[in-house]
Amino acid sequence: MTTLGPHDRSGPATVQGSGFGHGAEAGGAEIDNELAAELEGVPLASTEPPARSQWELFRRRFFHHRLAAVGLGLLVLLYVAVFTASLWVPQNPRAQDVLAGTSAPSAEHWFGTDQLGRDFFARVIYAGQISLKIGLAVAMISTAVGTITGSLAGYFGRWIDQLLMRLTDLFLIVPGIAVLAIALKKFGSADTVIILVLAASFWMQVARVVRGQVLAVKEKEFIEAARAAGASNTRIITRHVLPNCIGPIVVNATLAVAGAIVAESTLSFLGFGVQKPQTSWGNLLFDAKSNLQFDEHLLYFPGLFILLTVLCVNFVGDGLRDALDPQSRR
Amino acid sequence: MTAVPHDQSVPAVLEMEEIDPDSGLSGPILQVRDLRVQFPIEDTMVTAVDGVTFDVDANETLGIVGESGSGKSVTSMAILGLLPTTAQVNGSILFRGRELIGLKEKELQPLRGRRIAMVFQDALAALNPVHRVGAQIAESIKVHAHDISKTDLRARVVELLDVVGIPDPAARADQFPHEFSGGMRQRAMIAMSIANEPDLLIADEPTTALDVTIQAQVLEVLERIQDRTSSSIMLITHDLGVVAGVADRVLVMYAGRVCEVADVESVFYEPRHPYTQGLLGSLPRLDARSDDRLARIVGQPPSLIALPAGCAFHPRCPHALVPGRCSQEQPQLRLLGDGQQAACHRAEEIEAKPLEAAE
Repeated sequence: MTTLGPHDRSGPATVQGSGFGHGAEAGGAEIDNELAAELEGVPLASTEPPARSQWELFRRRFFHHRLAAVGLGLLVLLYVAVFTASLWVPQNPRAQDVLAGTSAPSAEHWFGTDQLGRDFFARVIYAGQISLKIGLAVAMISTAVGTITGSLAGYFGRWIDQLLMRLTDLFLIVPGIAVLAIALKKFGSADTVIILVLAASFWMQVARVVRGQVLAVKEKEFIEAARAAGASNTRIITRHVLPNCIGPIVVNATLAVAGAIVAESTLSFLGFGVQKPQTSWGNLLFDAKSNLQFDEHLLYFPGLFILLTVLCVNFVGDGLRDALDPQSRR
Repeated sequence: MTAVPHDQSVPAVLEMEEIDPDSGLSGPILQVRDLRVQFPIEDTMVTAVDGVTFDVDANETLGIVGESGSGKSVTSMAILGLLPTTAQVNGSILFRGRELIGLKEKELQPLRGRRIAMVFQDALAALNPVHRVGAQIAESIKVHAHDISKTDLRARVVELLDVVGIPDPAARADQFPHEFSGGMRQRAMIAMSIANEPDLLIADEPTTALDVTIQAQVLEVLERIQDRTSSSIMLITHDLGVVAGVADRVLVMYAGRVCEVADVESVFYEPRHPYTQGLLGSLPRLDARSDDRLARIVGQPPSLIALPAGCAFHPRCPHALVPGRCSQEQPQLRLLGDGQQAACHRAEEIEAKPLEAAE
């Protein structure tokens, strides 16, 4: 048996792998019962090195998911490109050339120009700063709020559940866009206000999904085992319940990113969201609607960016869900 | 598998720790008195455990035997305070002289896993699928020792896995429960439960999900651990063979009540209660002729919602006086000489003719 220290992860792993292999091939009748028992049911563990770090496993599984890897790549590219725009986009998004007016995409203006002759590529890239920031922030806030609400409701049940879920229902039944519009009129439309208002309309789905998951997980025997081991409720929720709900939480978070970008676009399109001179992809769409017949490119480019972001985020969500499941064998 | 000596600088974790001075060393570790557990079902209360009384002595293995629904698991859950809040628990459970019934969650948490630990039946279900086995064992230590260093923790986890006979413990600690075989999972469970050297280990059907070879190994691990840590074990099972192998004393339960308590020899050689006799009679024997039919206990265990009047076992009992005492008066557990206790009105009369009469 091994004399290696407990921290030497690779060492024992290889010793075990080869040792078991030999036992199975050569040992034949010689294998004592115990070894046979250990062998049974664990063939995979003995053929591949088992002691990878958590991060390594996670990365491997994630990048095995092609679309997720591509999505993540594009998304990172998009975020970096958008937030470093001032460093590499030569055109000023606010520089007008009113006489030139609208023009179709060309070598000089990749995405053409808008009605005021502004370079539309620069406009779209800079507008992404607002849209992407809102998307990410809304997803994080609504996921956090929803996860906390849902896990408390699901875990403690009874009146806590009733209270929190009725509150959730209340938020769910109000017609979102109308309330958002009113709230934005009332509190102004600074970025933070938009983020908070959107988060307030996105956490409910997360809360419900998490609650459902928690209800299922908390009946599992390992929760009872954790209680029998003396773990407190806080510890059980954070260490045992939530890690088992991570898949749906992550998927919902990515959906929230996409949803928030779309919702912000909708609000801006309706004229309630981001106010000029700031622009988001939604604003660009709003501006494009006035002369749709002639300048379709003004509609397509912001739309394309919204679509691309949302798709990428969803693929990343898929990949994360698979990668976070330790039982997936990829 | 032999335990591997670790010559690394591992702290001597599996030494006996000092015992509380006020812990009542001499007496039994656990005293259960007249324990009664009721659950509300629709409009009525169902009594799952009714007037159960027993002791667990220091360094003793008490086997609790009974069929499904006889209240053995509910009893163990009541000891740890793990019953749902709707359950009504009455009576007294003294652990080292301290009353456990009525303790708050916060007061129970330091006891659970630290002084009283539990081994669950289905180790796959009782291990969290998203954490590595080593991390889960570490968790059960960290719950009670917040300031332990990472190095010590890791060393201890590896040693615990080694103690329960898991080969290559350092590598195994980094695997997930689904990468373990059934027997190894159960051992990992045991490693978790003994991580804090509990005074009392409650093993709820620890071997039921395992095949016979692995059963023997797991039981052997339990015995070895008991020798090493001098803890007491409450072994809950429906398998008389398991009890015969490892228990010092046996408690037989039927329909939420205790029907017989005695040391293991007495129960197997001179069972006093007709139910115990029936259980033993239904065991296949190597010395029986192959065309002999196994004795059986006729009928079904009663529903707890509608228990028969008198002795709960009387409708199935070959010795019952019906109508008479057996169907009218609930028998109390009483002493029948040399420490053997049985709850049967006719214990003395039927003593002479055990197994044959049960057919």
